[in-house]
Amino acid sequence: MKKQSLSKVFMNGILNENPIFRLLLGMCPTLGISTAASNGIGMGLATTFVLVFSNMVISALRNIIPEKVRIPSFVVVIATFVTIIDLIIKAFIPALSSSLGIYIPLIVVNCIIFARAEAFAFKNPVLPSIVDGIGMGLGFTLGLTLLASVREILGTGKFFGMQLMPASYQPMAVIISPTGGFIMLGTLILIVNAIVNSIQKRKSMKARGEIA
Amino acid sequence: MNNLLLIIVGSVLVNNFVMSQFLGICPFLGVSKKVETAMGMGMAVTFVMAIASFFAYLIQNYLLIPLNLEYMQTIAFILVIAVLVQIVEIALKKISNSLYQALGVYLPLITTNCAVLGVALLNAREEYNLIESVVNGTSAAIGFTLAIVIFASIRERLAVSNMPKWMDGFPGALITAGLMSLAFQGFSGLLH
Repeated sequence: MKKQSLSKVFMNGILNENPIFRLLLGMCPTLGISTAASNGIGMGLATTFVLVFSNMVISALRNIIPEKVRIPSFVVVIATFVTIIDLIIKAFIPALSSSLGIYIPLIVVNCIIFARAEAFAFKNPVLPSIVDGIGMGLGFTLGLTLLASVREILGTGKFFGMQLMPASYQPMAVIISPTGGFIMLGTLILIVNAIVNSIQKRKSMKARGEIA
Repeated sequence: MNNLLLIIVGSVLVNNFVMSQFLGICPFLGVSKKVETAMGMGMAVTFVMAIASFFAYLIQNYLLIPLNLEYMQTIAFILVIAVLVQIVEIALKKISNSLYQALGVYLPLITTNCAVLGVALLNAREEYNLIESVVNGTSAAIGFTLAIVIFASIRERLAVSNMPKWMDGFPGALITAGLMSLAFQGFSGLLH
């Protein structure tokens, strides 16, 4: 296994392999709760919590868990942390709990957590796995909050519940509806991909320029 | 009877799992390039969701509630689903090889399909009885199948048509799904 620097692992989750825009993982909560920016942050941080701790435990146990029963083991670890965060949110932020509803227990089947357990935590030591969890979690939070903010601003004229657009602005209700979710996500992926591709193109051109 | 009819129409069309509740989006986007595979996935999901609703009801009402363990719901349900998927896979292999050939590849994917866990949780939340739970699970899965098959046939057409290059792949697929969900919103008047 080649050594990766921790900062590289961290940034990987936020930019190059951003779960929402680049890997397209965890689409159900992404589309389902991205109607208000505060939901986006809440869901993102809850997922980050689960991701960090499940990565930590799975990588600590990676030499004990037999290869064949790894999937059920992952499920139990992940479900435990999801239950913990579910109870915490219910106890301390009941408003968030009712607006996220069924999507909190559904973090269990969020593909990002499984994918990171399988692709990263099961093969790497504890510290990089924790950093990977933080990076991926923040990347997810960032993407989710971005999508949710765009939908909240266009769909209701508000941002974090405060009036942002002038009163004459007619909110586009369709953006808040499921239709708007699909279309806005598609549009954002399009834009992010275009930006990342142009950065990469510039980088490779620069590299070639230096060689020549 | 009336109640069951309401649940069926509600889950298949009005509150379609994929198009208006955003459950089961991963397979919806991932396994929808061909109508044939979409159909296979839909059938496998229907099979598992019906059985999962049944067992989740039993677990919830005869194990978790009497023992005051409702907070273990998430863990219990996901374990039941994982075990169930495994059993269905083994049973299919023994009973009908042709069915196994058709559905086998999709079965492992179903454990992480949020529609299955979602329907179990929703049934518990709505406090449906056993028959209502199974009917709701089956019709939600039929709704899923309907959506994924329609989506796959649109994508088959899109694959041979001349799309702008920047729309290729996921952006185009998502916008197509958005337009489809707009059509599904037309059903929302059915239940008033």
